[in-house]
Amino acid sequence: MNIAMKRWLPQAAAAVCLLVLLYPLAWLLATSLKPADEVVTSLDLWPSHFEWSNYTTALDGVSGITVTQLLGNTLLIAVGAVVGNVLSCSLAAYAFARLRFRMSKVMFAFMVATLMLPHHVVLIPQYIIFNRLGMVDTYWPLILPKFLATEAFFVFLIVQFMRGLPRELEESARIDGCGAFRTYWSITLPLTRPALITTAIFTFIWTWNDFFTQMIYLFAPEKFTITLALRSFVDQSSTSAYGPMFAMSVISVLPIVLFFFVFQRYLVQGMATSGLKG
Amino acid sequence: MSTVSTRAPSRPAPDTDRQAPKRRRRQVRERQWPAYVFLSPWMLGALVLTLVPMAVSLYLSFTDYNLFDPPHWVGLRNYTEMLTEDPRYWRSVGTTMLYVVVAVPLKLGLALGVAMLLKNLNRGRAFYRSAFYAPSLLGASMSIALVWKALFNDGGTVSGLLDSVGIDVGGWVGNPHLAVYVVVLLTVWQFGAPMVIFLAGLQQISPDLYEAASLDGAGRRRQFVSITVPMLSPVIFFNLVLEIINSFQVFTPAFVISGGKGAPADSTMFYTLYLYERGFTASHMGYAAAMAWMLLIAIAAITLILFRTSRSWVFYADEEGR
Repeated sequence: MNIAMKRWLPQAAAAVCLLVLLYPLAWLLATSLKPADEVVTSLDLWPSHFEWSNYTTALDGVSGITVTQLLGNTLLIAVGAVVGNVLSCSLAAYAFARLRFRMSKVMFAFMVATLMLPHHVVLIPQYIIFNRLGMVDTYWPLILPKFLATEAFFVFLIVQFMRGLPRELEESARIDGCGAFRTYWSITLPLTRPALITTAIFTFIWTWNDFFTQMIYLFAPEKFTITLALRSFVDQSSTSAYGPMFAMSVISVLPIVLFFFVFQRYLVQGMATSGLKG
Repeated sequence: MSTVSTRAPSRPAPDTDRQAPKRRRRQVRERQWPAYVFLSPWMLGALVLTLVPMAVSLYLSFTDYNLFDPPHWVGLRNYTEMLTEDPRYWRSVGTTMLYVVVAVPLKLGLALGVAMLLKNLNRGRAFYRSAFYAPSLLGASMSIALVWKALFNDGGTVSGLLDSVGIDVGGWVGNPHLAVYVVVLLTVWQFGAPMVIFLAGLQQISPDLYEAASLDGAGRRRQFVSITVPMLSPVIFFNLVLEIINSFQVFTPAFVISGGKGAPADSTMFYTLYLYERGFTASHMGYAAAMAWMLLIAIAAITLILFRTSRSWVFYADEEGR
């Protein structure tokens, strides 16, 4: 292998890989703009003309609920989940990383073990609990658990990050008379910002993508999230409505794409550090 | 994954004062209460949303329960039924196992291969790293599952392409032998998350090791086997455990591609899909709870086996000479 090939081969391989990887996304975008007769018959990616009406149809939403409302519903749940996870997971993480208490080892081991617990084991009793509380078909079952730090992944992520922080600042704050809460709030939390941002973005995207929990707990169409609406759109319409269906698909993944472009540095780093020793 | 290391409380200096033990206990208690305040949301969640539900679901797994009438104790009936009388249960186990066994090695192999490619890339490494990661976030959405379904449907891009090179298999989604591979390929497409972890691991391997090895005359393959794999083994292990646990619980793509019913002919009836069907569509909550416990046992067993066998192949650099 000569030098030029050695230099260009990896570049070319990476570029080809990227093209294959992006094809489904390009297909999604293209199909969302195709006229109905071209969707099934043509293998061409490029539409013969742009069918913008797919998007106006999609914006009308499902069962009289507009896409704006659906997006608003999803946003409400996602923001609730983000606030809940950032608050409760950072509180628990601070205790695990910095404070001494009895049974701390046992509790930490339990927290790590729940990382591996399949959600299905607690699913049915949780459903029964929320049903008894009259919270089925409300957003509470989707938001409340986040305020109780049930997502161990984030507690673990923040613990790993906090352990890497120097202790000196916190210790001097203590000597200056700061209590544990003050130290946590004004010293540790600001330093933990990268991990908190990672937590916030992952929570947002995972909540936005979630389908299972939303499907189980939400029934009234006016409370639907964009994912649930997309599913009932699929159930209601035939292949002739492919264009509008994929227009709605584009609308539903748009926030994730935007978040990805803005925060990809945090996302990639958050993923990378989760696999390495903190 | 990091080892659990919580600092042991330091032993207080011996005290001759008689009142000391009492005072010390009080001090310990005073020092501890803020920790419990910080932990209270987590403890409440762990108790009310994890521990109690675990106990309840274990109890329900021995009952017949439809959410409206009180649970009716049936002993081991659910378990014996699923293990001996329910072919659909075994079908779902088989489908899920096939999926895990095919998808996880493919995904991790691709992730490692691309990570090594990117490591040697002089230009655009950060760009490619981010771009390859994007499918890992998008792939979990219903939208992308719908795209996959359309791409692999009869007359879709994939069957069209295969047709043009003379392979006529028709649509994969409607084919009971191929439908499961649509889900496999969607999972493999999301290789970016393990790749990012591999890449971070690769970058922590000291270049001196490779330099020394090539001075000793080790070729590329030898360097991969003797340096890259052992140095990367903790990361490989982490990715393996994580991907296996996640793969057992795949739901959204299975739901979308199978039309929510495991179609065609139960060939995409994944374990979690069947659990959902039993519990929430057919209202056999007890049976679903028993299925959940079998899943927990399977995941725990596999994780345990992985941890046991890992001692022989996972190499922690900081344990050297201990």
